Amino acid sequence: MAHSEEEILAGLGEIIDEIAGVPAADVTPEKSFVDDLDIDSLSMVEIAVAAQDKFGVEIPDDQLKDLKTVRDVINYIQK
Amino acid sequence: MSNTDVVVTGLGATTPLGGDVATTWSALLEGRSGISTLTEDWVADLPVHFAGRAAEEPSEKLPRARLRRLDRTQQFALIAAKEAWGDAGTPDVDPVRLGVVLSSGIGGILTILEQYDIFREKGWKRVSPFTVPMLMPNSPAAAVALEFSARAGAHSPVSACASSAEAIANAIDMIRVGRADIVIAGGTEAALHPLNIASFASMRALSTRNDDPQGASRPWDVNRDGFVMSEGSGVVILESAEHAARRGARVYAVAAGAGYSDDAHDIVAPDPEGTGQARAILSALTNADLKPTDIAHVNAHATSTPTGDVSETAAIRIALGDTAADQVAVTSTKSMTGHLLGGAGAVESIATVLTLHEGRIPPTINIEELDPDVQVDIVRDKQRELPAEALAALNESFGFGGHNIAVVFRRP
Repeated sequence: MAHSEEEILAGLGEIIDEIAGVPAADVTPEKSFVDDLDIDSLSMVEIAVAAQDKFGVEIPDDQLKDLKTVRDVINYIQK
Repeated sequence: MSNTDVVVTGLGATTPLGGDVATTWSALLEGRSGISTLTEDWVADLPVHFAGRAAEEPSEKLPRARLRRLDRTQQFALIAAKEAWGDAGTPDVDPVRLGVVLSSGIGGILTILEQYDIFREKGWKRVSPFTVPMLMPNSPAAAVALEFSARAGAHSPVSACASSAEAIANAIDMIRVGRADIVIAGGTEAALHPLNIASFASMRALSTRNDDPQGASRPWDVNRDGFVMSEGSGVVILESAEHAARRGARVYAVAAGAGYSDDAHDIVAPDPEGTGQARAILSALTNADLKPTDIAHVNAHATSTPTGDVSETAAIRIALGDTAADQVAVTSTKSMTGHLLGGAGAVESIATVLTLHEGRIPPTINIEELDPDVQVDIVRDKQRELPAEALAALNESFGFGGHNIAVVFRRP
């Protein structure tokens, strides 16, 4: 089932708030995980697993390292 | 080795009696117990239904996202370290001259057990990527080093229930040999899980006084039946006297010296003669350049087990000799806090330091009938004034494995 961009963004916001303590409102498409949201590689692993649970899309490790911004994750899940 | 004086300039704690030093200390002086009945469902499967839960949950002081990547041992240690650092006046120190020596007796066992449950129920991908940095026994020291940018070295000596006394002992040496100007030292424990309670209960080490939790920890009482497991952390800021003087820091006490020994007698039981413990006390006195009659007070290890409490009083008598042993006032604050395992030595060192600083000795509560084999004067029921001329006090901590640590503090 396809998810809209708004749905994915809202879902990622909840996940990132829970895992990294970044307020959901700060999670906007152009943000970089490392540079803007201060999220490290271990937290990205947790976010990827949580995103899989929420959206049913698995993000393999070799893809995860290329997902630099929130927009990248949205695109990957919509693909 | 230079003989740099080391002083105590900051204190921090989170214990079953309170979320900070002031609350814990006033409860100790009032003779209040921090022990309570556990409310978890799993206690029904255990012979022990009570423990010393931390009075304040870490979630009251640390943000949620922080908590989920820290084991509970790390959470307690960070809270105590932050308090101690603030209490020391947030010292301005070169990061490469700031060290950490902080221990846990058991390590991140709650993380291990919780993640093992997740692994079994949901598979490896659901195991937290923070599992390893949370379970490793050096994780509290590492978390504190990270928090304060302490780059002189971070260490975690592990010696069961003597761990945090050993941490303080090692920290004194770290400053004396010139490796650091300030060391954040202490210990932490968070092991209130049914497996741990079952493990200590199966060795018959725990009190089973379920109808009277607050009366369960009763060091030196004839009817003592084991210790009470507790959780929490204690942290002290140790500093070279020179560095403390330069920044005008308040000095609680001099961390005058420490002594180490091992019984090599039995893997858990202490040497009933107390000779190993006595050697630790004597070497601490030598290390501190003090004589037995200088010791006015002992904060004892005394955990309320049938085997340990009395042999410790024998050790004090052997080490100090009759003249000094007759005048020393001995107490066990574990009668109120329960046994913080790897956090015990640090919390009790804080009590020892405050006894010297404020001149008041916390009581040992719950003694209804003193064991007739006790060989020293126990401060019972009510706090007692420390004589104004008293010079020094001793904190003793012993651990499974025969580890004996004695730390001596003296008035500045």
